[in-house]
Amino acid sequence: MEKIVNLLKKQITSTIIAILCGFIVVAILLTLTGYSPFEAFGILFNGIFSKPKYISQVIIKATPIILTGISVAFAFKVGLFNIGAEGQYIMGTIAATVAGILFDFPPVLQIPVVVLSGVCAGGIYGAIVGFLKAKYGIHEVITSIMLNWIAFYLGNFVVNTQRFHQPDSTGTYIINESGFTMFLYGWKRSEEGKAFLMEHPVLLDVILKTDVNFGIVFAIIVAVAVAILLKKTTKGYELRSVGFNKDAAEFAGIDVKKNILHAMLIAGAVAGLAGALTITGMSPHKISTMGTFENYGFNGMSVALIAGSSPIGCIFAGLLFAGLLYGGGSLQSAIGAPSEIINIMIGTIVFFVALTKIVPVLADKLVKRGEKHAR
Amino acid sequence: MDIKKDYAVQMRAITKKFGSFTALDQVDIDIKKGSIHAILGENGAGKSTLMNVLYGLYQAEEGEIYLEGEKVNIKNPNIAISHGIGMVHQHFMLVDNFTVTQNIILGNEVVSGAGVLNMTKAHEQIKDIVKKYGLEVDPDAKIEDISVGMQQRVEILKALYRGAEVLILDEPTAVLTPQEISELIKIMHNLAKDGKTIIIITHKLKEIKESADVCTIIRRGKYIDTVTVSEVSEEDLAEMMVGHAVKLVVDKTEADPKEVIFEIKDLVVQNERKLDAVKNLNLKIRKGEIVGIAGIDGNGQKELIEAITCLTKSKSGTIKINGKEIQNTTPRNVINHKVATIHEDRQKRGLVLNFTVAENMIIENYGKEPYSKKGFLNKKAMYENAKGLIKDYDIRPDNCEGLLVRGLSGGNQQKVIIAREVTNEPDLLIAVQPTRGLDVGAIEYVHKTLIRERDKGKAILLVSFELDEVMNVSDTVAVIYDGTIVETFKQGTVDENTIGLLMAGGAADGKNS
Repeated sequence: MEKIVNLLKKQITSTIIAILCGFIVVAILLTLTGYSPFEAFGILFNGIFSKPKYISQVIIKATPIILTGISVAFAFKVGLFNIGAEGQYIMGTIAATVAGILFDFPPVLQIPVVVLSGVCAGGIYGAIVGFLKAKYGIHEVITSIMLNWIAFYLGNFVVNTQRFHQPDSTGTYIINESGFTMFLYGWKRSEEGKAFLMEHPVLLDVILKTDVNFGIVFAIIVAVAVAILLKKTTKGYELRSVGFNKDAAEFAGIDVKKNILHAMLIAGAVAGLAGALTITGMSPHKISTMGTFENYGFNGMSVALIAGSSPIGCIFAGLLFAGLLYGGGSLQSAIGAPSEIINIMIGTIVFFVALTKIVPVLADKLVKRGEKHAR
Repeated sequence: MDIKKDYAVQMRAITKKFGSFTALDQVDIDIKKGSIHAILGENGAGKSTLMNVLYGLYQAEEGEIYLEGEKVNIKNPNIAISHGIGMVHQHFMLVDNFTVTQNIILGNEVVSGAGVLNMTKAHEQIKDIVKKYGLEVDPDAKIEDISVGMQQRVEILKALYRGAEVLILDEPTAVLTPQEISELIKIMHNLAKDGKTIIIITHKLKEIKESADVCTIIRRGKYIDTVTVSEVSEEDLAEMMVGHAVKLVVDKTEADPKEVIFEIKDLVVQNERKLDAVKNLNLKIRKGEIVGIAGIDGNGQKELIEAITCLTKSKSGTIKINGKEIQNTTPRNVINHKVATIHEDRQKRGLVLNFTVAENMIIENYGKEPYSKKGFLNKKAMYENAKGLIKDYDIRPDNCEGLLVRGLSGGNQQKVIIAREVTNEPDLLIAVQPTRGLDVGAIEYVHKTLIRERDKGKAILLVSFELDEVMNVSDTVAVIYDGTIVETFKQGTVDENTIGLLMAGGAADGKNS
């Protein structure tokens, strides 16, 4: 009994229960609308796990939302709500694209230049929000939402400038290949590489047919780095104290304004990195005119929520999220169930995660009931 | 005792557990209608818990509650309120940016027609209650702009407005001046005369003697005794509360002050409304001396402390420590000049509640060796520091360095702050309301610590709204009124009445100026 109760009190248990609830709700919905939930879930899992290529795709798709998730989660941990991850992500894509087109250094130099451009753009964009909050006390949610739109239209503006616009398309030119971060990009397209891959169908599937890239490595490094920053460093102590109780932090001589600025700078930089890695690591390696937000930043909020604001948890939550999106893509073609069902599932999971604070409470009730039975 | 109709509240065999900790163990209590009943106990003894059970905030695992002889099941505060039980909490539950009237009617609004607020009627109803019981407040002032003492009146009004017949007051006098306390006692007697039952949770013996008819003592979650107040002495009460005999007088030797180390000259500070709250204030503190500031809440104490600690700007004047001016710099600069402050609002300014005890202990020094090495926190040093302080300052529970400070009792939270500030080895230690909400044992401890630091040659500035405290602990008593120090006295050269009059704006000779 005690073991069960302790297990129930763990955050991971709550999250798993929330995910199960998501599946149950969707199963009910599918049944009501006349589809077989078992068939649908079968297709979903096949769409994720049946081929190494699929798994690879899920990881690729997960990379940007893991990073935007970390951005939002980090901000949560220091008492800020980074609804602006979307805008910071867009700024990251714009800066990386511009740098990737303008420069053409050897890869050792080009990749850092392109990626850092995105990181800086996102970071500065986040810092603007932090500055406005620290200096004038304007709530970060308001400024972030407005800045999201500014980034959105700035992106469309850049796409349509003569220097970057590729004629007869809706996008910019593709960035120079020296900025690509795909795994073994040169080799896999060489004769020697092709010949080798032909003999190894699994690798062929994963390496040649997808944009498998280094992004996930960055994402994991960033997750670990942010976790260490928060828990183990002096800066993290400052940031958390300001986040938990800025009055006490101020009274203890901690510069609250500077820390708000730094927090948003870091959050923005991580979201900007997500944007930059999307440009360097995934087709089409360019930005296009957007009609609506691409939701990388907003999905990051869901990821952060599912992860319970743990940077490491964002890795798994991001993979789950990307898996559902990618695997769910084939639902419509296979059985005709609308693919929106996946969005419902994700929404339900987030909803139940938010509700899972109840689980520890229920666990306490369980203890009490146990005690009453014992008497 | 039997269950009877002329008892407003009777509780039987109440047991309340928090996890494995038993906060209340088979506690009985009988409260007569129309009486003022005190519940006495140390911090963490369970007195607030017992009343929270009555008010429906907690559910007891065992036990029964009877109101006027009827068994009731109080599942939540709404049920308690509908039974005519009102509670004024130690930490006020008010909406800061609402006015007094808005706060009072919140949740119980007067509406005319289709849900439209009828503020005129609300105003009148409140005015009636104000007049009836003498609870003067400005009904249109915002909560954030009025003093803690006034906020408490609003809480009392709120309960009365909801038709409370039984009024529970949790530590009601913690922030009041002697005059305000006697007014509150008057109000309590008025209410009791009107047939209302007052339950006052406190650890202040003097007030129990002055106000209550009956007193129930609780120690470590257990019922100890119920006594008729007029038949026992303060010492008896203290002994029953703590479990052993205690000294109620502060033990200290004559001060041996040295040179002036801290000096305020012609200080002017504005409050949030841009009015001068501190007006040409002058103050000197010597090494090895405790200067106590006596005054009613809202006479510039808050602004004075904020100016010294650089949380707010000084309009003019100078604040010097060790000959260096520190006004209008930063809180960090003040700390670096060896000024340590025990803030009155320990949960807002003193502690990060979601930090562990160990983390809170280094909040001013986290960036220094050995706690920080090359940008990384040294967890081991942090925990060792905490362990030492927990032992030295007897902070409970034992080995709490890894627990969130949120989980500690008020007295132990205060000890965390005191331990931290004192170990910073300040030249000037500022203690604002350092014993607010603490029990006799903890108060004795705080006072002893202040005196010990004085004897080590530190300068100490004590600000308290409790005149007894200022008069007992300080070597020099400075009376503040309307933002300026009106008189200073050496300890023992003046009586409580003279100071009380000065605090209220009168002259020392007894005439109002």
